[in-house]
Amino acid sequence: MATSTPSTARRPGRNRSVEATRSRTAIWLLLPTIIVLALVAGYPLLRTIYLSFTEYNINTDPAPKGIGFDNYAFRLDDGTLSGLLTDPQWWQAVWTTVKFTVSSVVLETLLGLGMALVINSKFRARGLLRTAILVPWAVPTVVSAQMWNWMYQDNFGIISQWGRSLGLLEAGQSFVANPNTALGALVAVDVWKTAPFMALLILAGLQSIPSDMYEAADVDGASKVRQFFRLTLPLLTPALLVALIFRTLDALRVFDMPYIVKGNAPETMTMSIYARQQMIDNAQFGYGSAVSVLIFLIIMIFTVIYVTSLRVRFD
Amino acid sequence: MRKNPVLNQIVQALFWVLVLIILFYVLFPFYWALKTSFTNPAELSKTALDWFPSSPTWENYRAVFQGQPFGRNLFNSLGVAAGTVIISLLLSVLSAYALGKFRFRFKSALMYIILGVSVFPQIAVLGGMYTTVRALGLYNTWGGLILSYMIFTLPFTVWVLTSFVREIPNELEEAAVVDGASPLQTLFRVMLPVMTPALVTTGLLGFIGAWNEFLFALTFTTTDVARTVPVAIGSFSGASQYENPFGQIMAASVIVTIPLIVLVLIFQRNIVSGLTAGAVKG
Repeated sequence: MATSTPSTARRPGRNRSVEATRSRTAIWLLLPTIIVLALVAGYPLLRTIYLSFTEYNINTDPAPKGIGFDNYAFRLDDGTLSGLLTDPQWWQAVWTTVKFTVSSVVLETLLGLGMALVINSKFRARGLLRTAILVPWAVPTVVSAQMWNWMYQDNFGIISQWGRSLGLLEAGQSFVANPNTALGALVAVDVWKTAPFMALLILAGLQSIPSDMYEAADVDGASKVRQFFRLTLPLLTPALLVALIFRTLDALRVFDMPYIVKGNAPETMTMSIYARQQMIDNAQFGYGSAVSVLIFLIIMIFTVIYVTSLRVRFD
Repeated sequence: MRKNPVLNQIVQALFWVLVLIILFYVLFPFYWALKTSFTNPAELSKTALDWFPSSPTWENYRAVFQGQPFGRNLFNSLGVAAGTVIISLLLSVLSAYALGKFRFRFKSALMYIILGVSVFPQIAVLGGMYTTVRALGLYNTWGGLILSYMIFTLPFTVWVLTSFVREIPNELEEAAVVDGASPLQTLFRVMLPVMTPALVTTGLLGFIGAWNEFLFALTFTTTDVARTVPVAIGSFSGASQYENPFGQIMAASVIVTIPLIVLVLIFQRNIVSGLTAGAVKG
């Protein structure tokens, strides 16, 4: 973030009209981007917010009908509250997403850190390993979902076979089909796919630590373990933090992988899957938009925390 | 620190075991997909758990192109991803020049908006985008996908290219301005050649993003006229879970993944630096 307000300091003495011309030029250069962003981000977002205050079945209603906050909450005749804010399915989706996010981000970070530390040490096959960990990252998410889907397959999946030989599964069972282990199984897919990304970001952080710091620590007789906790980890914190926040934002939005493996199954329904189900599958654009707005708010609150905390660290 | 040689060797051995475990972990799922894709579909139920295909066959690969509109899906994916990259690079080169080298009001506000858009959850704009795409007559077309993909490609390319343009010495641009070059001439004749490496990296990452996108592609396409590969692979299925033609799914998966792996291996240095630039700076 240190570079977010760049110094484009020109030579002093440039006169005002040159500056004015340049700033007009800048607007023209930016105009196409601004128009496109307004069209694909600004307008759809406003439209979603508007729709969230309407009742609108896209298949049967000719036009959205304004109903105020009723999608979010309204009082039934007997006085109890109903609507999205008291919708158990929504809160279950939130809880599922939070569990998914926390467990996959924590595991990815630990695994990524481990991989990065191994790759950062000097050994002969280092380049090979560094290249190999790019493979899961390069595999499209949809493909990784299907690859794991096959490995989890109940009768012919290799992981189900391993589960059977470890006594964890009976014949015909699988980790994804069982509602109790399904979310964990999905976390494993996500971790496999993204731990390498973490490792790369952490590796970049590790390589920016000057080696003479370690030499100094060696001279002082600090053990390797002590060096890790006193030197490596603190210096790595900024890189780790950035990677962590990025992955958290991604995981909170997750849609494709759980959707491909489990579809709309309730035990693995994330917030995004729930929103799409309401909107597209059930054609409830009003209610679905309300779900989208809540997701947007959650992500934006998190982003604001992220931007402000990064500023504190880097400015 | 001198260690005793035996201990040293044990540590060495453990380290190599660790390296092998990591290699196995990251590569095995892909190997398994590869193996399955070469297994004769008629024998899959008997040999699914074997570590090597007993009689390798191209059967699944042939079936993917004959029984399914997979060729069409591939063509769509290529067209959409290429269109997305070309348009977003064109727009972002202009913006990056303005944001990186010009001074004007509201610049940092604009930077924050762009950063904000880059973390937009796609689902938050899905409803609005759906109606926009329909209203513009772009439903079930490449255009609809290319337009909607701008929401994640454009902020990313603008952001990374801006941080790159900033690093270009001001003298280069000033010399051109003094020589009387117009802003566009300066940009395309002087800045662009210097920007090539950054363009390659961001273009590649943008391409991968568009190539892999699933939610919009699933929602804004209905037929194989515009359906892209991820949707095709995601919805490959038989009548029940037991009838999934996994041999074919794996063959299709391998087909779309191999080009990416090759690209990633060729450009691995650039990708790592591009990712870290994108991450550290937003």
